[in-house]
Amino acid sequence: MELLTIDIAHVLAGALLLTSFMLLYQDRLSGLINIYTLHAVILSLSVAWQAYYQDAHHLYLTAAIAAIFKALIIPFSLRHIIKRLRIHRTVEVVGGVGITMLIGIFLVALSLVVMLPATASADPLSREDIAFALAIVLLGLLMMVTRRNVVSQIIGFMSLENGLVLAAAGANGMPLVVEISVAFSILIAFIVIGIFLFRIRERFDNVELSELDRVRGGRS
Amino acid sequence: MSSDLFLVSNALVGIPAVAAIAVALEPAYRRSAIINLCASGATFLFALVLLVVEPESGGYLFVDDLNIVFVVLSTFIGFTTSVYSASYIDHEIETGRLTTRNVRFYHAMYQSLMCAMNLALLASNIGLMWVAVEVATLTTVLMVGMYRTPHALEAAWKYFILGSVGIALALFGTILIYMAAEPVLGQGYDAMVWTTLMQKAPQFNPRMLNVAFVFLMLGYGTKVGLAPMHAWLPDAHAEGPTPISAVLSGLLLNVALYAVLRFKMLLTANAAAITPGPLMITLGLASLIMAAFMLYRRGDIKRLFAYSSIEHMGIIAFAFGMGGPLANFAGLLHMTMHSLTKSAIFFSVGHIAQVKGTQRIADIRGLTQSQPALGWSLVAGVVAIIGLPPLGIFMSEFLVVSSTFARQPLLAIPLVFGLLLAFGALLLRLTGMAFGEPSRDQGEVKASMWPVYAHLSLVLLAGIYLPSHVVTWFQNVARLLG
Repeated sequence: MELLTIDIAHVLAGALLLTSFMLLYQDRLSGLINIYTLHAVILSLSVAWQAYYQDAHHLYLTAAIAAIFKALIIPFSLRHIIKRLRIHRTVEVVGGVGITMLIGIFLVALSLVVMLPATASADPLSREDIAFALAIVLLGLLMMVTRRNVVSQIIGFMSLENGLVLAAAGANGMPLVVEISVAFSILIAFIVIGIFLFRIRERFDNVELSELDRVRGGRS
Repeated sequence: MSSDLFLVSNALVGIPAVAAIAVALEPAYRRSAIINLCASGATFLFALVLLVVEPESGGYLFVDDLNIVFVVLSTFIGFTTSVYSASYIDHEIETGRLTTRNVRFYHAMYQSLMCAMNLALLASNIGLMWVAVEVATLTTVLMVGMYRTPHALEAAWKYFILGSVGIALALFGTILIYMAAEPVLGQGYDAMVWTTLMQKAPQFNPRMLNVAFVFLMLGYGTKVGLAPMHAWLPDAHAEGPTPISAVLSGLLLNVALYAVLRFKMLLTANAAAITPGPLMITLGLASLIMAAFMLYRRGDIKRLFAYSSIEHMGIIAFAFGMGGPLANFAGLLHMTMHSLTKSAIFFSVGHIAQVKGTQRIADIRGLTQSQPALGWSLVAGVVAIIGLPPLGIFMSEFLVVSSTFARQPLLAIPLVFGLLLAFGALLLRLTGMAFGEPSRDQGEVKASMWPVYAHLSLVLLAGIYLPSHVVTWFQNVARLLG
């Protein structure tokens, strides 16, 4: 029974990692948002499973935040935004998918190499969860670096943040997880509102970051 | 925790929080500026009380010798900045760069920032500290983007994204610290509270602590503005309202540094973990030298001094990385002096930019003739920041350099090289701006100069004679830092 519980947790964390890889190569914005929704749903399931396994009721709240805020509200508003900005059909040029994937695999290996020996004495469940979580965080960073489109960068950041929530939920009985996930949700809400309210498109013609770079010309 | 200390530390967080709501509800901008000023003044007075009461811990806040230094410094600069900000905002309203609604929002954010910073400094556990640093980041992002120009929005966006990544990495480190502590301290709050963490640190899993520190150093280091994670800092300083540049340089960078120092103490307490010093030394030297080179090619006056902040945060990180009583003492002194001097410089720079209607260095000439008070304050500020005697920064830089020479002579070479580079760059820019044929003024400004004078005279005083109380106080803290 114990083993099965751990297996289920690993399956969920592994699925989250796989979804992170799917985010890496997806070049359509609407497709990207769909995958992010999946990412959030898996996160919510994973956190709920941790709540059940650790018998920590406050984690159910974190799972609920993930389900409602990240899997419903955020994708909905992002879809709305890309429609309003008329970029919902945009196909982003994602350069070097093969190389990006290879770097991704390397990052996963790196996080396993770093985390597993460091956590040798920890609970087996949290031990492997934290390694997965680090991999998801690094993949999120990789996505933020490789993408030029603001919306994709934000999705990269949000997947990174999902990795952090997974880590926090996996740390046995860590207090303040709910507070931290609320604080992060506020941060993300700000980012999303930021794109919309500041109407980056109006100011810069396009949400491409290269356009932001253009603004910097003439300044030193 | 004794009741008066409990009252004081809660007041430090509570006053700004209440004031933030009060100014948000106050439509008249002059009155909200006064509320802002009074609240900051009251917070500062409460911080002074910390100097006389006995440090203790308990509850969600705690006070020890280390955070008292930071709290007193940041509430003092918070107070003088609010005085300066009143006259700055007046001018911005008159010239129509800001509306009264903007200002209402600005004051609310200013007080929220003070609240978040005091909370981060006084928080007794690592989770709460993280949340407070995050809130402080958010409020400053909103203030940096306040002018809504493309440049301001771009700066705010860049700051936001880089700050968020930094914050995210710091959270991962925080979780790892909890996981390292949990087998020893058991589940729950104990494994996140500073006092218990420090007591049991020798028993934590050292490898876990190592990994955690790398994340914390990179995460909070982003907020300190250390190279190579500094990219947000010059933009955020240049495009936001100048009082915010002063607060960013004078306070927020210190708050992030405080977080790094706390975790450094935790690692030092564990004999088997890596020594955190070399990492801090490397990042510090990289920041110092990178920033010193960058100083030569700056065309924007606020950007120039933003790079100078990176340079000085590098020196401070270097000093704390060296460790030991003398270097820590020098680091603390340098941090204090830098905060005071840099905010004074930004106070003058803000008014100079208002008078000249530009931030371009090339368009600012002959200030000492056309605006003697502003011009000479800028000269005094720059002379202080480049470390000329007899001012305070000379003392602290001298201590940093001499303690480095005594222990690691090889490291002193890049350090002195960076210092001299920055010295030359700032002096070069200063002569152009302060002397020669004056450029045309675009407007008049009712400058409130006394915050500048107050800061600079404190710096001068520290350079000439550092009271023995302060010396023993800083020595105690330096010993605490290990």
